[in-house]
Amino acid sequence: MKAGTKFAIGAVLIVGSVGYLMAAGIRQTGQYFLTPSELAQRVSADPSFYDLGLKVGARVVPGTVSKETATQTLRFHITDGTVNYPVIFKGLPPDTFTDSVEVVVEGRLQKDGVIHATNVLAKCGSRYEAVPKA
Amino acid sequence: MSLLGHLSLWLAFLVGLWGAITGFVGGAQQRPDLQQSARNATLALFGALLVAVISLEVAIFRHDFSLQYVASRTSRNLPTFYLWSAMYSGQEGSLLFWAAVLSLFGAMTQLLTSRRHRAYLPYVAAITSLVATFFVSVMLFAPANPFQRAAFTPLDGSGMNPQLQNPGMVFHPPMLYLGYISITIPFAFAMAALLTKKLDADWLVAVRKWTIVSWLFLSIGLLIGMWWAYVELGWGGYWAWDPVENAALLPWLVMTAFLHSVMIQEKRGMLKKWNLALVIGAWLLSIFGTFLTRSGVIASVHSFTQSPVGYFFLAFLVAAAIASAIVYINRLPLLEAEATLESVVSREASFLFNNLLLIGLAFSVLWGTLYPIISEWVQGVKVTYGPPTFNFVNIPLGLVLLLLTGIGPLIAWRRASPANLRRQFAVPVTAGVFALLILLVAGMRDLGPLLAFTFGAFVFGTVFQEFARGARARHRQYGESTAFAVVQLLSRNRRRYGGYIVHIAIVLLFVGFAGMAFKTETEATLRPGESAELKGSDGHVYTFTHLGISQYNALNRQVTAALLDVRRDGKDIGRLRTEKRQHVDAFGNNTFEPSTEVGIMSGLRVDLYIVLAGLVNGTEQAVFRFTINPLVWWVWFGGFVLVIGGLIVLWPGGTAVAVRGSKASSVQAGYAVKLEAER
Repeated sequence: MKAGTKFAIGAVLIVGSVGYLMAAGIRQTGQYFLTPSELAQRVSADPSFYDLGLKVGARVVPGTVSKETATQTLRFHITDGTVNYPVIFKGLPPDTFTDSVEVVVEGRLQKDGVIHATNVLAKCGSRYEAVPKA
Repeated sequence: MSLLGHLSLWLAFLVGLWGAITGFVGGAQQRPDLQQSARNATLALFGALLVAVISLEVAIFRHDFSLQYVASRTSRNLPTFYLWSAMYSGQEGSLLFWAAVLSLFGAMTQLLTSRRHRAYLPYVAAITSLVATFFVSVMLFAPANPFQRAAFTPLDGSGMNPQLQNPGMVFHPPMLYLGYISITIPFAFAMAALLTKKLDADWLVAVRKWTIVSWLFLSIGLLIGMWWAYVELGWGGYWAWDPVENAALLPWLVMTAFLHSVMIQEKRGMLKKWNLALVIGAWLLSIFGTFLTRSGVIASVHSFTQSPVGYFFLAFLVAAAIASAIVYINRLPLLEAEATLESVVSREASFLFNNLLLIGLAFSVLWGTLYPIISEWVQGVKVTYGPPTFNFVNIPLGLVLLLLTGIGPLIAWRRASPANLRRQFAVPVTAGVFALLILLVAGMRDLGPLLAFTFGAFVFGTVFQEFARGARARHRQYGESTAFAVVQLLSRNRRRYGGYIVHIAIVLLFVGFAGMAFKTETEATLRPGESAELKGSDGHVYTFTHLGISQYNALNRQVTAALLDVRRDGKDIGRLRTEKRQHVDAFGNNTFEPSTEVGIMSGLRVDLYIVLAGLVNGTEQAVFRFTINPLVWWVWFGGFVLVIGGLIVLWPGGTAVAVRGSKASSVQAGYAVKLEAER
């Protein structure tokens, strides 16, 4: 066999495994990223969306945040303007988490209609600038 | 000051356009007068942008809040140290910084490039001027003008985001920018080589230093960024596969591939097309990274390019990609290889595999970064490609790459004989197997870290053997002592042995990365006097005792600090403090959300990492998160070694490595050591 052919086999192997890893990675670890409306739609169409690991991007509803520092439990509601979901999160929220901030909630929607979050990320539109005073 | 800045931006815009036009026309028509004018334009462009930079710095230091930029990013009580970094802490200022540094590099290229490579310079001037002018035009027309006046002049500015008030953030952006920006120079030379049809290895020689400069700056920028994320953001790690991080990693991966494959072109006249494509690709990725980080594509993926600045970058990216593709395809017939691959067991082949892996890695990172957008287009639903997916894909690729780091230097150019392979691989393979056995006996069963440490030992064996053989050859020939011979090796053949030092650094980085697999974590709510315990992966039990809370006002912030006593297996090893900071303006009003100062006790084996999450109802009862991160210190140490290795390669002087054509390079690697060292 010529060196070029052998090399081509090696190259195909590498490219193939990169492709395989990417496809398998998505299948095993990829998560849906939905807005509350999209989530409500999917859940009503397909109940298997309950208890499925996913991410929900939305805004915290002002005035709904309750923090129990002692048990490190955080409860709040999120909304995209139309649909509203309560969220429960045990753990430490990020510094930037406040009332009315944009968040990405990672977790599972349970049958009780509450999103049990394993992680809460707070987004800040202008990460590196002062927040305009409301 | 703002008027002066404004005018100098316009001047820079016109001069830059002039430089671009005269450079292209002067190059195409071989007109010396226009070529000289293009050259002068690069100097004038730098002059104009320097004036703009100074104007902005003066405005910042004088607290001239009539400028929108100064008012929204600084305040009177901001520490002086951070006034310097305010220059590039926001969109507008960083565009100016970028354009100014690029114009500096452009001018330096015109002044410092040796006479031999004169023919490329008109086009290089044209391209650097054009790119700098693009950045100036974004400031003027997007608009993102740092000299924009505010609607009214506030008494005080709104201050700098506390997360940016960290030494890491003073040095990280400029380093990363310097890396990004300096890629433009190799790109400009590559395009000039294509346009002038002078496509021998000459242009590679002209830009060799620049490619290492930009690789080194990118590396430093990435490392400081990681360090900043670790000490400032408080989530306990240093790399999260965030799109912004990925944007910086992409050109780094491609440049790393180029630094290796360029050797094949120099020695064997192969891979001409590939190398040009890598340089062009690295540069396009640097612009793409800028687009990603500025357009808002990431911050909210739903709204594709909200800010007009994003549109500018997207348009520029597309235009530049099309233009370079046209030139590249047009010149393909001139880029035939002068040699073919002789054996798959050769240095060439191992470098090619290394290149494929690096590009595969870059592709997967790019794909993952864009996946939310792609999946939304294709499937109609957004699917995230988070850290678990990135790790799933990139850890195996990274490990194979680490293995190749050790294999490459052991295999001879052109064709390696079985005897040569046995001779070369004996020591490194023994080192790897030895490390594996020790770890297995010690009880480690996690595949990823096991492979990382085994391959690491293998690479270390390779580098050790290379140094030992080189030193022994010198010892035999000149009777030099071992230590002196090693120094001589390093100074006589900086590129080769400096490169080996970088390989050692890569091993150290992998050791640090692998350590993160063993991190332990706990959260606890403690009253003063109460303790929490956490077992580290080093086998020790750490006890953290909450000593109490103190609150006080500092220059621009109200601090809530917790002090903890730390014991290892019952023995006192020191105290740690962690803070919550509420930044305030000069009138005592809160400016930002509270930020966290992490308490870190760093050691060779583990880092103790403590975050104060908050107080319970304003009492001294506090919530903490305790993390024990193994081997993190080795990441920073590896970074330091990497910079040293890069600097050795870069240091001026030493012997120039002969460029392809020396047929003597067919010598087997082991025996070549002596020859290489004496060159």
